[in-house]
Amino acid sequence: MKNKYSIFSLIKNAFSYHENWEKAWKDPKPKKEYDVVIIGGGGHGLATAYYLAKKHNMKNIAVVEKGWIGGGNTGRNTTIIRSNYLWDASAGLYDHALKLWEGLSQELNYNVMFSQRGVMNLAHNLQDVRDLKRRTHANRLNGIDAVYLNTEEVKKFCPIINTSPDIRYPVLGGTLQKRAGTARHDAVAWGYARGADEMGVDIIQNCEVKGIKRNGDAVDGIETTKGFIKTNKIGVVAAGHSSVIANMAGLKLPLESKPLQALVSEPVKPIIDTVVMSNAVHAYVSQSDKGELVIGAGTDDYISYSQKGSHDIVEGTLNAILELYPIFSRMRMLRQWGGIVDICPDASPIISKTSIKGLYFNCGWGTGGFKATPGSGDLFAHTIANDEPHKLNAAFNLNRFVSGDLVDEHGAAAVAH
Amino acid sequence: MFLINCPFCGEREQSEFKAGGEAHIVRPKQPTELSDDQWAEYLFMRKNIKGIQFERWNHIHGCRKWFNMVRDTSNDEIKAVYKMGEKPPIK
Repeated sequence: MKNKYSIFSLIKNAFSYHENWEKAWKDPKPKKEYDVVIIGGGGHGLATAYYLAKKHNMKNIAVVEKGWIGGGNTGRNTTIIRSNYLWDASAGLYDHALKLWEGLSQELNYNVMFSQRGVMNLAHNLQDVRDLKRRTHANRLNGIDAVYLNTEEVKKFCPIINTSPDIRYPVLGGTLQKRAGTARHDAVAWGYARGADEMGVDIIQNCEVKGIKRNGDAVDGIETTKGFIKTNKIGVVAAGHSSVIANMAGLKLPLESKPLQALVSEPVKPIIDTVVMSNAVHAYVSQSDKGELVIGAGTDDYISYSQKGSHDIVEGTLNAILELYPIFSRMRMLRQWGGIVDICPDASPIISKTSIKGLYFNCGWGTGGFKATPGSGDLFAHTIANDEPHKLNAAFNLNRFVSGDLVDEHGAAAVAH
Repeated sequence: MFLINCPFCGEREQSEFKAGGEAHIVRPKQPTELSDDQWAEYLFMRKNIKGIQFERWNHIHGCRKWFNMVRDTSNDEIKAVYKMGEKPPIK
């Protein structure tokens, strides 16, 4: 049993200069065999392991991660959490995640710094206005909080936005989801890792998967840089590298992996207390608790695993940011980075069984997976444990690309993908 | 960002080009004969290779012509550029 984090443990550890904190997770050597192996130690993978142990009573679980946990897209995203998606299937999926976020710090006894500061999506042309109003109605019918704001209300909610009608893409209105917000991305991975480790999950870092061994049409285990691990159930949560793992098993997925960039500015005093996203000009911005502006750019259009994006993408985003927020014109950007996102043709994720028995994929989250972390883990754990999808992820099966039942969130969601 | 040697215009910045995805996916000769699985394979399933990839590009802010490229997607290094209809210069 791990010591509970509390104000008292904080005080107690202050006396020893915080040098004697118990390790949040162990560093085990892989066993010969597991009941389930999760490939990918990001937020989604660790959450999957956590819920497998917690809700499905499975104990012999490993998470294998080629680098360090939370070192991929979990640590590279802009931490935005919202559930204002258009279609019923997406609304169910993302709002399930949002509800889990609301109790996550207590559930994990780990402060994930979930902050419901609201997410505002701006409209810049008449079609945007119609689309956003339609989405607001759709959200409310699905029980998701959403309000439509006119230009004055946008200005009132976030005074630093330039709402002049003279700018190139004037602000004609926007939507607001007040339950939406941000969380601390690293803490999510660490909190789930700590919780999973406590329930006996082996988190094996620096362990790259090199092959998937099959026995006929079922999986038999994985070859890794730390040797062969036998297992009958493999859950792949490898984000940008999902296709690479799929190829090892002789599968093809409907994914393209592309660089997505983000950047942060130097830290400044509090200036923007919400998240503002803008679909048409592709700019979104929030402010971290450290004071940095966190800015998300778009994807490049070519396939790449290089974790580097093109400069013109960043330039385009910053142009839009400066027109909408002239106050930021003297800000200096501190860091810029790229992550590799796996994008589905319909911009919706895949949480699904495959044609190979015991092989499950949770992928295709594209540019917006962070917000779904708890829900994705919960539903993927259900799918693996029961060998059947939960009703909330039934629509997100791999077969939809054959049947044609796509969940088309391209541009229909709050931001373009 | 990288430089691309357009087979028609010469070396230009990548921002002048549009990527067109995986190359050499042959359009079905008899679409009416295709099963749903075959349609899914043709429309959606992609190799999405980490490593040497054969792909299509269009010089949209230049000659607007399509051409093929061989590129290492793990580091964006371009191995070869060749015209539509030509055989890839490397395997």
